[in-house]
Amino acid sequence: MEAATHVALLALLAAVALVIARTRSVLAAVMLSGIYSFLMASIFLVLDAADVAFTEAAVGAGITTVLGLAALALTADREAPPRRKPWLAFGATAAAGLALLYAMGDAPAVGDANAPAHAHVAPRYLAETPEAIGIPNVVTAVLADYRSFDTLGEAAVIFTAGIGVMLLLGRRRGKRDAADGSAE
Amino acid sequence: MRDQPIPRVVSQTLIPFIFVFALYVQFHGDYGPGGGFQAGVIFAAGCILHGIVFGLAELRAAIPPAVVRALAALGLAIYGGCGAAAMAFGRAYLDYAYLAADPAHGRHYGILIVEFGVGVTVAATMLALFYAFADRRGAAEPE
Repeated sequence: MEAATHVALLALLAAVALVIARTRSVLAAVMLSGIYSFLMASIFLVLDAADVAFTEAAVGAGITTVLGLAALALTADREAPPRRKPWLAFGATAAAGLALLYAMGDAPAVGDANAPAHAHVAPRYLAETPEAIGIPNVVTAVLADYRSFDTLGEAAVIFTAGIGVMLLLGRRRGKRDAADGSAE
Repeated sequence: MRDQPIPRVVSQTLIPFIFVFALYVQFHGDYGPGGGFQAGVIFAAGCILHGIVFGLAELRAAIPPAVVRALAALGLAIYGGCGAAAMAFGRAYLDYAYLAADPAHGRHYGILIVEFGVGVTVAATMLALFYAFADRRGAAEPE
């Protein structure tokens, strides 16, 4: 049953990705990338990664779609057809995909307890968290305590990216707040 | 969109629940899935929904862009400040054990504080992005 769910979700994911690549309608691409994120969130959930699934659904499917639609209002809603077929890009993507498929044989199986990722610090975090921090969600403990530097850096990245967008797009028009009563 | 009853009534009903859900995700991240990133995004989505349906001017009056910019920086300052305060208590940067007599409680409180900082920064930055896009559109249109 679980294998069937995986196959179905991954097949839908591939189909959506192909349609995104082929469509010339930017609106359709934005909406489909939201669907892509929801499918990805479902896959994470099937893999028992509830926190990652939640983030993917909220950030990928939620706010990214909204911001994509807001950006869409600034551009044309149809992408210009390409001048020539992008065979070079296709070849590079196909080669990278084949290399990954070839390398997959060496990767540990999903959920393998002896995988390097599960044998390093993870057992200590799992064993220590209930007493050392006293919260049940170990993911939160890792994010905000054990790996607090990483999370501080991520918050700084979001802040810096926001500053960049504000410098590029914002504050260009002075006091014209009365001009836009409605966002349609 | 304000003159269309269905979006208006539906969003009027939903927006308070979106905010409550955001707060739940924010402050329950230590027990269930969630945390500052997700909560900030959900909170911003609620604000943006209000802005789309009831007009940008109303959203901008409720949460002025200057406040949004200040909040984006404040969230990061809460995070970094909570870490720096640990050094004043003779501990390593971001070692929250100083926050309570029991080190385990201190680390728990520290997680809540820094997650709150993350939530504030994320929500404010997402709103700032939305304002930036929406302002551009306002600038592109002839008056």
